[in-house]
Amino acid sequence: MADDAYNYAYLDEQTKRMIRRAILKAVAVPGYQVPFGGREMPLPYGWGTGGIQVTAAIIGRDDTLKVIDQGADDTTNAVSIRRFFAKVAEVATTTRTDEATVIQTRHRVPETPLREGQILVFQVPIPEPLRMLEPRETETRTLHALSEYGVMQVSLYESIARHGRISKGYNYPVMVNGRYIMSPSPIPKFDNPKLDRSPALQLYGAGREKRIYAVPPYTPVKSLDFDDHPFEIETWEQCCALCGSKESFLDEMIVDDDGKHLFVCSDTDYCERRRTLPEAAE
Amino acid sequence: MKPLLSARGLTKRFGARVACRDAAFDLWPGEVLGIVGESGSGKTTLLNCLAGRLTPEAGSVTYDSAAYGAVDVHDLSEARRRLLSRTEWGFVNQDAREGLRMGVSAGANIGERLMAVGARHYGDIRRTASDWLSRVEIERDRLDDRPTTYSGGMRQRLQIARNLVSEPRLVFMDEPTGGLDVSVQARILDLLRSLVGSLHLSAVLVTHDLGVARLLTHRLMVMQGGAVVEDGLTDQVLDDPQHAYTQMLVASILPV
Repeated sequence: MADDAYNYAYLDEQTKRMIRRAILKAVAVPGYQVPFGGREMPLPYGWGTGGIQVTAAIIGRDDTLKVIDQGADDTTNAVSIRRFFAKVAEVATTTRTDEATVIQTRHRVPETPLREGQILVFQVPIPEPLRMLEPRETETRTLHALSEYGVMQVSLYESIARHGRISKGYNYPVMVNGRYIMSPSPIPKFDNPKLDRSPALQLYGAGREKRIYAVPPYTPVKSLDFDDHPFEIETWEQCCALCGSKESFLDEMIVDDDGKHLFVCSDTDYCERRRTLPEAAE
Repeated sequence: MKPLLSARGLTKRFGARVACRDAAFDLWPGEVLGIVGESGSGKTTLLNCLAGRLTPEAGSVTYDSAAYGAVDVHDLSEARRRLLSRTEWGFVNQDAREGLRMGVSAGANIGERLMAVGARHYGDIRRTASDWLSRVEIERDRLDDRPTTYSGGMRQRLQIARNLVSEPRLVFMDEPTGGLDVSVQARILDLLRSLVGSLHLSAVLVTHDLGVARLLTHRLMVMQGGAVVEDGLTDQVLDDPQHAYTQMLVASILPV
């Protein structure tokens, strides 16, 4: 153990066991929000306390961890969480999507297709998709229990009435396994189709609200829409200025004081692999 | 013919206070039943017990559902009761803000019940909402406006449209014209009367206004201190009141 002051993976064994039980329940009932006893973590709420607890509960010495923040492996949040687990859990870390066994993510799903055996851990700020429409927790729980989701559709109707289209660009609500409406965390709707029948296990942890939910591998995940206003993902006229990808989610970067801007891949690992390995770009 | 709704021995207490004692009646299809009485006489409590919003201490409410046959409203599972209340029933509140979603447009308000039972075609929902808006005499170009921009009378009419869009068989109304000025009241009463007639609705209407009761209801129950003191045909009760309290109520109408 690198630092004997802490238990393996920071959390004590009882806490990890409690979180694992919540995860098992969440996997058994896809899309259902399971309450758990969230602990204080050595980072502020909103920085991934939920995701980091889920990761701590499932990680083992054989795992290889990748952490991404807005698609990038090199931002402060991603770097510190990666270093945290390298230290307290003695795991190998990587920036390569295909080499990782556990990927903790905020705001993106990697562009590289995931495979069986991988676990994607999402950091979730607001787990309740109905929260902005119904402030009472007792009521939202009843709505989930009785599958009364008219109000979610009302919000999409309102969006079309006001903007001519469903304007929600991220945290786009999905129906999991035809039963529970789930917030996919603030990923762009571009990533929603990747959740559908994904071979990887998806775990969602909300630290402040102390909820865990999950989508098991190969579970149908449908983005809500109307028959005459079907779900669509973002498209760009440009391709990535660095790797030339036409398929990935692009970020707009301002590069100088004159307002010159570039579109580049938000997934840094995907972009770099395409640039260094010509066959990956094919 | 079977009664649409029948109550037997309904009693509701709040602590030691009895809000409603041993109420019993039958509501027949197509009938509008009025419940009148002064403030605090238990009218609204009785209405809420009938609509399943409050659980009575004693008694039963039987509803003859189109989908499930005769059911005891308070024995139904919550899921069934909620489904019933947004498909076969309507509930018009005195304060339209309680019955509307003030944060979304009129169209979304009317469309909510349709979407709740599975409508997923935006154009169709919008068309239906627009039709209902004109049926309750609101300009169609107000469809995308929020109810916050509506006047009190328009909000009340919007609330009526939102309830009737699912073509309910039974509507509960709690002082639907309370707090509105008399000309607006008259228009809403007119509207309600024609809708009740054209849609073959049954309704339970709570009001303290005997004029409203006279205009809309077929039968009347008079409540005092939580008990029903008199009931009968509306004209009969109002023209020839038997109970001392009813006589006092009728006598206290201001002559114009």
